[in-house]
Amino acid sequence: MTVPDELRYTEEHEWVSAGAREGTLRVGITEYAQDQLGDVVFVDLPETGTTVTAGEPFGEIESTKSVSELFAPVDGEVTAVNEAVTEAPEVINSDPYGEGWLIEITPADPAAVDGLLDAEAYQKLIEG
Amino acid sequence: MTATGKPSPLYEVHHDLGATFTEFAGWTMPVRYSSDLAEHRAVRQAAGMFDLSHMGEIEVTGSQAGQALDYAVVGTVSTLKPGKARYTMLCAEDGGVMDDLVVYRLAEDRFLVVANAANVTVVAEALTERAARFSGATVTDRSAEYALIAVQGPASPEIVRAVCDADVDGLKYYSAAPAQVTGHDVLLSRTGYTGEDGFELYCAPDHAAEVWAKLAEVGKPHDLLPAGLAARDTLRLEAGMPLYGNELSREVTPFDAGLGRIVKLDKEGGFVGREALAARAGRPDEKALIGLRGTGRRAPRAGYPVLGPDGPIGHVTSGALSPTLGYPVAMAYVDAGFREPGTELQVDVRGKQLPVEVVELPFYRRS
Repeated sequence: MTVPDELRYTEEHEWVSAGAREGTLRVGITEYAQDQLGDVVFVDLPETGTTVTAGEPFGEIESTKSVSELFAPVDGEVTAVNEAVTEAPEVINSDPYGEGWLIEITPADPAAVDGLLDAEAYQKLIEG
Repeated sequence: MTATGKPSPLYEVHHDLGATFTEFAGWTMPVRYSSDLAEHRAVRQAAGMFDLSHMGEIEVTGSQAGQALDYAVVGTVSTLKPGKARYTMLCAEDGGVMDDLVVYRLAEDRFLVVANAANVTVVAEALTERAARFSGATVTDRSAEYALIAVQGPASPEIVRAVCDADVDGLKYYSAAPAQVTGHDVLLSRTGYTGEDGFELYCAPDHAAEVWAKLAEVGKPHDLLPAGLAARDTLRLEAGMPLYGNELSREVTPFDAGLGRIVKLDKEGGFVGREALAARAGRPDEKALIGLRGTGRRAPRAGYPVLGPDGPIGHVTSGALSPTLGYPVAMAYVDAGFREPGTELQVDVRGKQLPVEVVELPFYRRS
């Protein structure tokens, strides 16, 4: 299961990277998460401008079998939403760290990302 | 995620295939191998192979085995010819469903009762208790002596024909015959839970890996895929088949589930639950199990409230975005007044309301 070194992670199986625009963070779900979910068939994402709170749900993701919440990694405001995954949610399975990204957030505190898990810690988490 | 249940005799095979496992009724079983949608489609268009070794097998033997079963379940099985099977239910005194079963008559004095994994103990105990008044009937839980592999889908007859000596074309739906696969004895049954033509092969656990491997090898040119419990669930949902724990439970009678036709109230000697079920049969339905069709991609899920114009009228028992049909489908229990196809209702998805329409079951019927 791929856990890219350069990303940060949450215990809820989201990943975080630098966003497309300066000062933003991009958020998706990990390869492990999509594997556990199975085929993703629906994703419900917030609109840009929505305020999100670390550890609180910002959206939902549904596979054939299950419904799961998506959790914000940090406090902030949603500045971009990947509309492509709403149209074709299967890209979350095929490319979870790339085309399958979900939202971008401008964090309230730019340093908050440092409090997230690094790749090594996340790897340990999923190996249980 | 580590599953901690009892491993199937095919656990190693699934592990080598890269399966994702889930704990189901105390067993560790494959939920999917790669993609549950691909596995679902394989069964609809070609063939899929399932490990169902978690199912329970209980034998009822003796000269009064048929009578004992007639007294224990809601259907009549004593009239089955050897080699035939019947879908039936075990009900409590109050008419509540304890399990749904397939009963095979293997010989004049030998029946095999196949129970859901979660209910094996309950079924074995109830059958033992109910058979106690018949001196010529013995109930034995043989679950540990059987592995079960299902091959389902339009290509399944060709695949099964190629692995065994049995008269596959002569084997009718809900019939079973002894056969040999890779030199091992199997009970070959034309049954399933997917809405497609298909077969179930009962064999000794020690032989399961060889039987599986042979089916996989022969099935490969037919695009046979191993399929997990996730695909099994969406397949049976599209086919409108009830699942114990979702549509069936102690809280409902066979009549509530729309399966009153399997209750034989007039059979000789009576049966456990007859009084309650006869009374239920004489009353108009209060609730009904219905099909719901949604729009978009979001599916109603088990437990979500169903709303009529004036508020809650029932709840969803199973639901998914139908892989075959492309729209959300669900089964639900609602007040009987809302059962007519075409009725427009809402499903409450944690505060958001999803429009749905009542449709006939099943959602999918093979052509």
